[in-house]
Amino acid sequence: MAGRLAIAVGLAGLVAGPPLLPKYVLEVLISILFFAYLGASWNILGGYGGQFSFGHAAFFGIGAYTSTLLFLQLGVSPWLGMLAGGGLAAAFGLFAGYLSFRYGLRGPYFSLVTLAFAEMLRVVAVNWKAVGSSLGLVVPRRGSAPLHFVFAGKLPYYYVILGMVLGALAICRAIERSRMGYALVAVRENEDAAEAAGVNALATKLSAMAASSFLTALGGTFYAQYFAYIDPSLTFGPAISIGGLLPAIVGGAGTVIGPLLGSFVLTPVSELTRAALRGRAGADIMLYGLILILVISFLPNGLVGWLRGRRPAAGRAA
Amino acid sequence: MSAAVGPGLEIRGLTKRFGGLVAVSRFDLTVAPGEIVGLIGPNGAGKTTVFHLVAGFHPPSEGTIRFEGTSLVGLKPHAICRLGLARTFQLVQPFAGLTTLENVMVGAFNRSREVAEARRRAGEIVDFVGLGPRRDVPARHLTLSDRKRLEVARGLATEPRLLLLDEVMSGLNPTEIEAIIGLIRRIHGCGVSLLIIEHVMRAILALSHRLVVLHHGEKIADGAPAVVARDPRVVEAYLGEAGEAAAR
Amino acid sequence: MTWLFFQAVVSGLLLGGVYGLVASGLSLIFGVLRIINFAHGAVMMLGMYASYWLFVLLGVDPYLSILLTGPLFFGIGVLIQRLVIEPNRAAAEHNQLLITLGLALFFENLALVLWQGDFRTLRVSYSGASFMLGDVLVEVPRLIAAGGALLIALALWAFLRWTDAGKAIRALSEEQEGARLVGIDVARMRGAAFGIGSACVAVAGALVTPFFYIAPDVGESFNIMAFVVVVLGGMGNFLGALLGGFIVGLAESLGAAFLPGSLKQLVVFALFVIVLLLRPQGLFGARGGR
Repeated sequence: MAGRLAIAVGLAGLVAGPPLLPKYVLEVLISILFFAYLGASWNILGGYGGQFSFGHAAFFGIGAYTSTLLFLQLGVSPWLGMLAGGGLAAAFGLFAGYLSFRYGLRGPYFSLVTLAFAEMLRVVAVNWKAVGSSLGLVVPRRGSAPLHFVFAGKLPYYYVILGMVLGALAICRAIERSRMGYALVAVRENEDAAEAAGVNALATKLSAMAASSFLTALGGTFYAQYFAYIDPSLTFGPAISIGGLLPAIVGGAGTVIGPLLGSFVLTPVSELTRAALRGRAGADIMLYGLILILVISFLPNGLVGWLRGRRPAAGRAA
Repeated sequence: MSAAVGPGLEIRGLTKRFGGLVAVSRFDLTVAPGEIVGLIGPNGAGKTTVFHLVAGFHPPSEGTIRFEGTSLVGLKPHAICRLGLARTFQLVQPFAGLTTLENVMVGAFNRSREVAEARRRAGEIVDFVGLGPRRDVPARHLTLSDRKRLEVARGLATEPRLLLLDEVMSGLNPTEIEAIIGLIRRIHGCGVSLLIIEHVMRAILALSHRLVVLHHGEKIADGAPAVVARDPRVVEAYLGEAGEAAAR
Repeated sequence: MTWLFFQAVVSGLLLGGVYGLVASGLSLIFGVLRIINFAHGAVMMLGMYASYWLFVLLGVDPYLSILLTGPLFFGIGVLIQRLVIEPNRAAAEHNQLLITLGLALFFENLALVLWQGDFRTLRVSYSGASFMLGDVLVEVPRLIAAGGALLIALALWAFLRWTDAGKAIRALSEEQEGARLVGIDVARMRGAAFGIGSACVAVAGALVTPFFYIAPDVGESFNIMAFVVVVLGGMGNFLGALLGGFIVGLAESLGAAFLPGSLKQLVVFALFVIVLLLRPQGLFGARGGR
């Protein structure tokens, strides 16, 4: 049970370690967990469901703006606003998903339509004064108000995102082993055969979409509270859409640990590159592009697939 | 598996046009509970199209399809499966990333909500079709013969009262064909009606209670196998094809 | 009001010509290689920078630069196809899409690293030239760009129609196996198709440099426009791409004239989504299936 031990040790490290870490390392760790969370959320629809969304930023932005506006205008705690944002995002996801799936959009066409939806929301936000348009919104972050998702110092935010990641991974694991998980994989592998076997492909894809969009929106609220500032291009932009799917793909789409592994590999690379090449914005993303090409070319099942392939495995690979 | 009830499958006046091409024309067919009906005809006759129409993959241009009294027209394939009608595909379609057992579980979930129960029932079906030793093998590593069994198993797991088999014996050697004939008989013994498309003549003649012959989308014969096999129009249809082949 | 309308129509048609050329390249790549090339906009951006630097460092007029950048980007396109895309041609569709996404990320940020994110502009003597057509203002660089784009698109069409290589490429987009069986060097033609598509879009980039800003992210907006055009015109449908270019150009321009702010983009996206949902084969029909 070397795997179980490794997980236990890793978990213990993630829980107990951070108070001892220097501030910079803690920031990187938060970043890693943030993208792992986005990846895990994306993974439900993209990895397990096989529907590659290039516009998940749509849900992220909805989450960020909903909780922030509720907080700023009505004083609603972001903890509650988070749930409202998630609900709204899920509703939008069901709407967009229904349109797309009902009209039979698959593969690249689905990816393109999700991209279009995210861009549409971005353009709306840029042109809407009530949500701050391009200037964005500043989230009050003075002092400490835990009930309002405001903390002094980074450590509490770390534990929040850690909890979110573990929760998301637990959800993925539960889905994987459930009836819905089997249905998702069946639809992903062969939609016609799945239908013939009694699986309601549309309902299955929509369920995945709802879960994925809800969770992604929660990430938007975290972002808003942690960075204390949001604007249309930060929240609805391609950086978030791609930032979420990259760790999942590189780590292993359709696996539980994939997004976490992927983020632990990619995010430090990005941080190190940016630190090493100060002032040279973009070098880290350039590297991401290269890594993506290399991983797809040589390790199409991601790191998890590659690691599993070295031992004879039973059970489901993506 | 429960015994079939009600009037079974009733197809009346089924017609399908693809643009200017008429694939199926005014086709009538019944499959009574407990029957094994063979659907034969030269290549391109429209047999698989009939399956696609019945199972809900294409909408018919005209005609009615009723199963146990319920109209199937306009229903999605999964809904038709839920009503008790399962089908296999001519080109086998396993879920490559899942194991044999997991493949069958997908079908089992039709009747079982719980994972454990679905696994148990799927296990029984896997043994029933003879894939027991390979239950944990990923489907992509199965031989063609095993994949065909898997296809049948997945359909059986949905507890159908009517099973549509589409050329399940194509590409198999004589021993494998014998084994499939045995499997079909066992399935029938459990009370499942069968509508079988097949080109392996001796198998379909041995298995069927009735034979229906399709040619250029139209039914040209319907009756006992021995009678249909000697029907001059049927012989003409097949010979015509063979004659063309001989002339080339 | 009518003046605004006609002004918008003229502007839309002019930019639409360029969109048409960009989309033709994308359409060709899809028709032959069956991939949706996410890196298309990035190549256009690189083409714009190439023309920019040729102008700034060597004084080459951007319109003349296409004589250099055209062949250059043909070669670059062939190289990309050989090195990155061809080895993965049997991979799952979504993986091939991700590879082009990776290329896009790589190129866009390569430009960012090399040349920073500041907007640059290229001013030639005739950058500000314009004339009046009735009440409507026509800017000369845009007119030349549209004219040049159409000429090149026409040349491409003639190439595909009448030359042996062009016919081979068309055969390939219809039927891969058949093409191989009649002796067409499939691998070479696939590389050539990507090369031609890249050359087209790089040249389109050169054509807009006198009046468009140049920055690493400029390709992104053209990318999306190109997708919209190709979906509208029908994947793999060459003429559809040209016509689609005009339609999208018009939609964008009319949107800009009558809607506040940057909401014009909404018009284009809405058009995109509607076409994808209602008529995914495009207004003029796709070739080679959806």
